[in-house]
Amino acid sequence: MDQINLIWQGLPSLLSGTLVTITLTIYFLALGFILGILLALGRVYGSNFLKLLIIRPFERFFRAVPALVLLFLFYFGSSFFQVEISAFMAAILAMGLRSAAYQSQIFRGAIQSIGEGQMKAARSIGMNIFQSIRYIILPQALRLSIPSWANEYAVVLKDSSLAYAVGVTELLRQGRYIVARTFGNALLIYTVCALIYFILVFVGNQTLKILEEKYKIPGYEIKTKKDQSVLERI
Amino acid sequence: MPNVILRAENVYKKYGKLEVLKGISFQVNQGETTVIIGPSGTGKSTLLTCINQLTPPDQGHIWLEDTEITHPNSDINMIRSSIGMVFQHFNLFTHLTVLDNVRIGLLVVKKTPMKEATEISMEKLNEVGLGDKINAYPAELSGGQQQRVSIARALAMNPKLILFDEPTSALDPELIGEVLNVMTKLAEIGMTMVVVSHEMGFARAVANDIIFMEKGIIVEEGKPDKMFNESENPRTREFLHKITELYGGKTE
Amino acid sequence: MSFLMLALDIMPKLLEGAVVTIELTIIAIIVGIFIGIPVAMGRVYGNKPVYAICTFFVEIIRGTPLLTQLFILYFGLPSVGIMLSPFIAAMIGLGINSAAYQAEYFRGAIQSVKKEQLIAAYSIGMNQMQAIRHIVLPQMFRLVIPSWSNELIYLLKYSSMAYMIQAPEIMSQGRLIASRNFRTFEVFIIVALIYLVLVSILSKILDMVENKFRIPGL
Repeated sequence: MDQINLIWQGLPSLLSGTLVTITLTIYFLALGFILGILLALGRVYGSNFLKLLIIRPFERFFRAVPALVLLFLFYFGSSFFQVEISAFMAAILAMGLRSAAYQSQIFRGAIQSIGEGQMKAARSIGMNIFQSIRYIILPQALRLSIPSWANEYAVVLKDSSLAYAVGVTELLRQGRYIVARTFGNALLIYTVCALIYFILVFVGNQTLKILEEKYKIPGYEIKTKKDQSVLERI
Repeated sequence: MPNVILRAENVYKKYGKLEVLKGISFQVNQGETTVIIGPSGTGKSTLLTCINQLTPPDQGHIWLEDTEITHPNSDINMIRSSIGMVFQHFNLFTHLTVLDNVRIGLLVVKKTPMKEATEISMEKLNEVGLGDKINAYPAELSGGQQQRVSIARALAMNPKLILFDEPTSALDPELIGEVLNVMTKLAEIGMTMVVVSHEMGFARAVANDIIFMEKGIIVEEGKPDKMFNESENPRTREFLHKITELYGGKTE
Repeated sequence: MSFLMLALDIMPKLLEGAVVTIELTIIAIIVGIFIGIPVAMGRVYGNKPVYAICTFFVEIIRGTPLLTQLFILYFGLPSVGIMLSPFIAAMIGLGINSAAYQAEYFRGAIQSVKKEQLIAAYSIGMNQMQAIRHIVLPQMFRLVIPSWSNELIYLLKYSSMAYMIQAPEIMSQGRLIASRNFRTFEVFIIVALIYLVLVSILSKILDMVENKFRIPGL
């Protein structure tokens, strides 16, 4: 019974940790979103120089190196290059750029699934490339991306727990503190943390499902690209 | 002296090693309809996309009235808004309603105010017979309806010339008629049109000029009467014979 | 000493860690297969209670962070008297986590075998067991290869989390080295490069496997 009491007392800390987790997730996804769209557009419409020398190496690096390593690189790299950044900021850069590499994949698939006929039609009525992207390509691509993006949301939310490793006081670390402070039942406390993550993931997915229904383009589905090499997909 | 709307001189285009257009020259007068016929893969579509610079030619010059389209300093977006294009696969903007599809060019490219843009769009949609479908989405319409919307989209921009790239090739047979009827009406009211098509009935009835292209060159050119009845080139006769068997030579 | 010299100097120790990384990955993927396939079948062919349990398993594991799962196994179980070594805890944690994801991939592959084929199998007299064994499973194995390849690569990367519960894989080695020479950033650049190399090699191998076993026309 006093275990439950323990949890009850720990709730404020857990909630503050949850808030940090949510904040981190939002920042990661936002950075990943903005950069991801730019990368995707660059890969579909950009020059070969841009594609091969900048975008592809970037994507390859941030997709092949584990998140934890990236976190360390940014965290310890800041002192190596003598730039002062907080652990929080290091986490945002590391995970945000990583998410960008994955989101760019999602958006690129969606843009390519739209078909070049749309771009041709837009250009043929006189839109320049920016107008075509803004009014015709992106609105469709974003809608088509929602299911895959929901997946990315879940991954980013769960991976936010890694920020623990560089000292950010998110949910899991708060859990650790409670265990350390109170010598409480670690199993119970970590299970509660797991439960909170689960709820966050679930609520997020449901919200995205509703969004997907609301903005569905009638008659449209994303076509998966076959024949992709493994390195392209990870 | 009729006004020349479109003039092409010595247009060459190659894709990789394949030379698709080998020195095409022709012109279209105002109010006239030119139909381009020929076997598949002979560069007919490429010629159209060269005209509106979706695929710029490697060599040669093209003029829209007095403006040289192929000039390096030309404002390509301005030019494109004066040339309409109707695609084989319609290419309607799937996330927009019919009305928005027709309106968007006016709003975004010509910066027309909303009220005027809506009036013009409604007018054009009524002209193609789809005034009652303004809030439908493309995926909810039949192929023939989609193609008519795409014609309205081109018309809304008040073009000097409309290019049609095999507009009925992707349609089920019973829907072809409604699109050809709209195109015939356009010809009657004096729209300048260049049409790539296999529809010989349409060509015979509506075209002022027929161009037969094969292997990247113009084999023969002339009025429908001449091309169908007294063509000079055996290849022309052979092709027309084959095509009329497949597609029929009668008007709808 | 220069970066290159540092790399050469610490490489042996790092490679020791890399071996553990690879071991963890392989064990985890195998555990994942042995648990994942039955769970997938439970979700496709099972009756209500079986389906419920399997779905529960998949949803919980996929809905919670791997790190939390590892913490529960390594830091949590001692509270009820079960002490696992870091390596074992990592193995179990990564294995179960992978199982949940693999279950979904296998399920997808099973469901993409067209129903018509099962109907054809029944119509020549096979019962459900036989149909599954001879028609569904062989195709499932070939159809699942792309997703499964992804999973293997993810495992290779996520094995890095075992560091957090003190398993002696490459991250731990890196940290150990860094705690002595204080050149943490450079050490982890080298670690990153090792991962890059491992992932690239694995991807190439998987590409070849995929091409070899692809069902023509699908």
